[in-house]
Amino acid sequence: MYSVATEETLRVMGGHADLVTGVQLNPHNHMQLYSSSLDGSIKLWDFMDGIPIKTFTVGSKLLALYALASSEDSVFVVIPKSDTFQLVSVKLTKAAGQDLEAKELSVVLDGVDTSPKRIAFGREGEYVASVKEVNLQVFFFKRKQLNRFSVSAIKTKSGNNHFTCIACHPTEDCIATGHADGKIRLWRNFYHKKDYTFSTLHWHHDTVMDLAFSMEGTSLLSGGVESVLVLWHNESDCQKDFLPRLGSAIEYISMSSDGALCCTLHTDNRITIINSNLRFSKSIQGLIKSKTGLVVDPRTKALVLNGEPGHLQFYCLQSDQQLFSLDIVQRQYIHQAGLNQADLVKVAFSAQGKWLATVEEREEVTDPELQLKLWFYDEETQSFKLNTRINMPHEDHITDMCFREMDELEDDSLILVTAGRDCVFKVWVMVEDTDPEGSVSWSCDFVGSYHNYQATNCCFSEDGSLLAVSFEETVTVWDSVTWDLKCTFCHPPGKIRNICFGRLTCSKYLIGATDYGFLCCWNLLSCAMEWSAHLNVLVLQPDPLSEHIAAVSWLSKESSLFVFKPNEPRPIYIQRNLCKEKIQLAAFVPRDEPETIGSEKYHWLRRSQLFFLTDTQELMTLSTKSLEERLTPSSKQLAVEESLPVTPFSLLLGKHRRQQSHEDIDLGKLVHNKHKQESPAVKELLHTPAHVLPSASFLCPIFINSLLISKENKSAEEVADEVEMESEKTEDDSDEERGVTEMEQEDTSAMELLGEMTCKLSKSQEKELRKIRKMDYSWISAF
Amino acid sequence: VYNFAANYFQEKVIPGHETRSVEALCWAAGDRLFGAGLSGDITEYDLALLCVARSVDGCGGPIWSMAANSSGTQLAIGCEDGSVKLFQVVPGGIQFERNLDRRKGRILCLSWHPSDTHIAAGSIDFLRVFDVCSGNSQIMVNYHVLKVRRECIVWSIAFLSSGTVITSDSFGRVQFWDWQRGTLMESHTVSTSAVLSLAVSEKEDSIIVGTSTGATYQFQLLPVKMGSLEKRWVRTKPFQHHTHDVRAVAHSSTALISGGLDAQLVIRPLMEKMQKKGYDAALRKFTFPHRRLVSCARKARLLLFQFSQHLELWRLGSTDETGKDGEVLPLCRMPEHLVQLKSKGPEHIYCSCVSPCGSWVAYSTASRFHLYRVQYEGDGISIKKVPKVPKLLLPAYQLQFSSDSGSLFVASARGSVHVLQLLEPGGCKHLHTFRPPSGSPEAVYLLASSADGHWLAAVGGDWAIHIYDLKCFKHHCTVPTYSCAVTALAIHPVTNNLVIAYSDQQLFEFSIPEKQYTAWSRMVQNCGLHRVWLERDSPITHITFNPKNPSHILLHDIYMFCVLDKSLPLPDNSALLMNQSTLKQLPETARQRQLHAFKICKKFQPLLFADLLDENCLVMVERPIMDIKTQLPLPIQQKKFGT
Repeated sequence: MYSVATEETLRVMGGHADLVTGVQLNPHNHMQLYSSSLDGSIKLWDFMDGIPIKTFTVGSKLLALYALASSEDSVFVVIPKSDTFQLVSVKLTKAAGQDLEAKELSVVLDGVDTSPKRIAFGREGEYVASVKEVNLQVFFFKRKQLNRFSVSAIKTKSGNNHFTCIACHPTEDCIATGHADGKIRLWRNFYHKKDYTFSTLHWHHDTVMDLAFSMEGTSLLSGGVESVLVLWHNESDCQKDFLPRLGSAIEYISMSSDGALCCTLHTDNRITIINSNLRFSKSIQGLIKSKTGLVVDPRTKALVLNGEPGHLQFYCLQSDQQLFSLDIVQRQYIHQAGLNQADLVKVAFSAQGKWLATVEEREEVTDPELQLKLWFYDEETQSFKLNTRINMPHEDHITDMCFREMDELEDDSLILVTAGRDCVFKVWVMVEDTDPEGSVSWSCDFVGSYHNYQATNCCFSEDGSLLAVSFEETVTVWDSVTWDLKCTFCHPPGKIRNICFGRLTCSKYLIGATDYGFLCCWNLLSCAMEWSAHLNVLVLQPDPLSEHIAAVSWLSKESSLFVFKPNEPRPIYIQRNLCKEKIQLAAFVPRDEPETIGSEKYHWLRRSQLFFLTDTQELMTLSTKSLEERLTPSSKQLAVEESLPVTPFSLLLGKHRRQQSHEDIDLGKLVHNKHKQESPAVKELLHTPAHVLPSASFLCPIFINSLLISKENKSAEEVADEVEMESEKTEDDSDEERGVTEMEQEDTSAMELLGEMTCKLSKSQEKELRKIRKMDYSWISAF
Repeated sequence: VYNFAANYFQEKVIPGHETRSVEALCWAAGDRLFGAGLSGDITEYDLALLCVARSVDGCGGPIWSMAANSSGTQLAIGCEDGSVKLFQVVPGGIQFERNLDRRKGRILCLSWHPSDTHIAAGSIDFLRVFDVCSGNSQIMVNYHVLKVRRECIVWSIAFLSSGTVITSDSFGRVQFWDWQRGTLMESHTVSTSAVLSLAVSEKEDSIIVGTSTGATYQFQLLPVKMGSLEKRWVRTKPFQHHTHDVRAVAHSSTALISGGLDAQLVIRPLMEKMQKKGYDAALRKFTFPHRRLVSCARKARLLLFQFSQHLELWRLGSTDETGKDGEVLPLCRMPEHLVQLKSKGPEHIYCSCVSPCGSWVAYSTASRFHLYRVQYEGDGISIKKVPKVPKLLLPAYQLQFSSDSGSLFVASARGSVHVLQLLEPGGCKHLHTFRPPSGSPEAVYLLASSADGHWLAAVGGDWAIHIYDLKCFKHHCTVPTYSCAVTALAIHPVTNNLVIAYSDQQLFEFSIPEKQYTAWSRMVQNCGLHRVWLERDSPITHITFNPKNPSHILLHDIYMFCVLDKSLPLPDNSALLMNQSTLKQLPETARQRQLHAFKICKKFQPLLFADLLDENCLVMVERPIMDIKTQLPLPIQQKKFGT
């Protein structure tokens, strides 16, 4: 549930075991809604509180749901029947109890389409109309009369004239149908089998995706792949208004019951809210399906993927919302099938998030059109500004790109390396421009190649002193100062698929995965292979905050996850059968605060969380808790405090209480103390009678201060405020100090871990381990 | 004048007159046709003689509109000077009755209320309603107030019995007004350009409007809700059959008819009013007249083209070479434009003909008949008007030379046919006049003479075919009447059988010597013609024969040329009518089995004329639509795509 005023997600209601296929407000109680799901149940919700009131089990898959004001105790659903689908009315029993059976079904229409857009109920529920392919059928409930109409199937170059959607006039007997060739037909007089008539409206050049009448029926809204919302006045072909540039194809259109707002759903997981005067009002943007790029913006900790065509989306994981979208390609996107348009293929951030490098290409069969762009983060505008554009940085596709991740703040050390299929890797550095402003731009500094092999991957070591570039079967290691080739590794047969350097204590290791199914670890000091394992690794992702490296393998049609440290060949975590799809990309997103994880198994997830992007563009993560656990706190809390009016203040209060109760377990003592100090202030504020309180201006700083101190621990709930705090950070030295202490903490923890490990492994054990390793690696590939 | 009962055959044509443009047409007092135009005259047409019966000056300057009341007793005209005049329709003419209240501004359209008490009139920026009894007018709408910048021209108006006035205007709107209250009830913008014409169905539940973009739209009065009495006008079907202004529309009970500046008449049937699929349920388009405009001198290889005010005589080119099917042969002699004969005066040409030897050319207008003697001297040509042509009953509706070029047959009014004898070196003499034995009020519109100069067949407006004996100058017989218009007829040169094509696409063969239908004709009637043949669009306009193969009949209409082989069996409805291409692929034995009487060629379209010159030479006259289109003014430019 979203707020149309603030775009915020107000509530997430969960309970269906499968895809939710329909949501309808209860026409007899505007505080309730029905939902249907493929799991065969209809649920009645109190959506203000997010509480399921009743569950009706129908038994078969429900593909669409319709609730009518005229039918008192029944709703309509689409269920499958052998090969076809039928519209049935379900009688919802009024019996007491939460879980009820709804078995009283009566068939209304046979042979309907599965899409909920293709059935509509007419004026006051007098009739129901359904379209499928070239046929329209209208059933009149009172007269029990079924009329069928059809349009003659015409196949043209632009497509056929199949029906795609349907909408009924709210007050008159008029049906609007959308067609695959972009026409809209308005049917009238359809209670006569012969004397029916229709008029045609035509603006869309492609399929009409959805139609909606305004509340009075005076205007009709239509949308399609052109991403233009068309408002037709008085069913006239000549009077129409447009709301263009909505970003992506319109899938659904819905009108609010008071007619003040309408919203469109788009194919890129977005809801656009539009005023009645056809002005864009707000948009609620979720994660856009993305094929390439899964990186973390170091600045906002947002997941960065390419979003709508030619754009980069910054996706906030906590709020499941898009923070913003950066136009990279900066060209008009034309919604037309079969058109090759430039799109983003590679993204890389510098360590501090100050620089962003993007590669876009237009897929042409003969010669790809490439562009490398470097973007600088502008503090003033709080967004990225284009700094350098390099046309054709490589002769062929760019396979990999990385920044030298230096923690130092000077920009001079910043280096970008790109590897291309044209058998070279290029090093790009910043040079100062000659113009008086002293601005910088990027230019090529060094071009390296190795035996004319295609460069496939590149990677900097943690301290930035070494660069590893893989050339088909060989990994080459280069000195990043002199650009000398230091050494080479290879593990034939098989080309190198991924490489990465170990971090922290394991920084002397270089890990590589080959497409022949081997995972190898080389020691950079001895220039020898440390260990190797037989594993078909698709994705190799090091955690930036720890030594852990995640490897995702693809074996016998399932993906499995292995987490290991480079210094020991035994994985510390194995998750077989992670999912059935191939995993394309993975990223570690640092947590704002280290999570306390009881189980040793999940210890590696303490500092960062691992996200995967699968073939089917699903974003997944590994959680230590179950779904119910994560969802319950909020709903439980609401259920308990439902007597209290929910105000922002009470929520704030509740938050404080909760924090207090959990503090002892969760956080360190230092944090705990701080909270203790602050609590009396709040208590006093709340318990003192109003008439003896000092003026609000006096109390305000105290109250705000009390809140600010608690922020320093960065509780998960308050991430949103972080942006505001950024200005403080710049002038506040203590912040940096904190960073340092954190680093130290990290070190000690790492040391501890190391210590633990050394303690654990006695020399004999180690010997034994080595023996095992020499003898047999197949334990890992046994499945 | 098209006959709906006879498959929309263009039955009567009244040739035009340069100074008399027709702005309005209406039927009154039964079947009397009145026209009015910018010349300021009201004209009554004689539909039997196909000419102007009488003409009355409207006395109000150019007339823009005319309407008859529901009983057909009164005519109202709207004039340039802003006056509306009433005329009484009396037997033998019309009589001025009185002037209604006069205001400035030309009256562009008029419509009577079905009760005949009021007239609604549209002019520039104004919509007025006249009380017929008092003659007073009241302004119903003053567009001038509503739209200040551009004037609003009310192009067309209709007054319904419910008191609703429907107007169409230059802003592309169709508006529905309540006459009593003078309020706008509904307004539909159908086009960005003007809506020029409007017609209401008899039941007043449907209207058709035509716009200047060539589109026509239907509006229907439909109930808003099922079972409720509240009805609303809804724009339903758009049709785009024209490329230019749709100047006139009509609404029959089963079809929407529109005619436009692009010289097309389109009849679009309303499917929901059709009981069954058939001839009436198909879209019809008429671009060309349903009669012959080209005549051919076979021996001299000349073609005479008839235009509205001139004739063109061409000599055909020739070739010595032969080639295969589909080849274009090089010409050894180019076609040659010999002479252009300009008709004097403003009248249009009724008919024309060239003699088979090519030395005589005749044509007729409403008031004059001309005969020319053409002489060829090497490459040169001299043309001489034949003096002292006999004074005949004019006009001539059809001209036909005998095959030996010795005499000329002139089809005339009241069923009569005059025979003129042509004399060398350049004269003529009236020989005889044939009249049907029972008499007929209608004019003869088709003639056919036999090759041996023995017989003459003539068809009049009453569709009776009379056959006259030329040897003894007497009436021979009458072909049994058939309830449809004759579209073409010809007498076979060998057998003297008369082949008749009717507008319902039936074919008959009548033996003149035996005075009865031939066995083949009876067989055709028994078996019936192929369904596809009967559902064809346009009538057969010309029939000719192959003297070498007497069983062949050559027919053509606008869209096809057909060789009918009487020796082959007729196709039944399951067979393919146009099977030429499939026959080509079949082996010889199978081909023999598949053969049927009709061999149809659709290669030449639109086909104006086809005739056999000699045994192996056929002349086809095509009139490409593009030639006509290029002479039209530019259509309104419309952006079809994009915002």
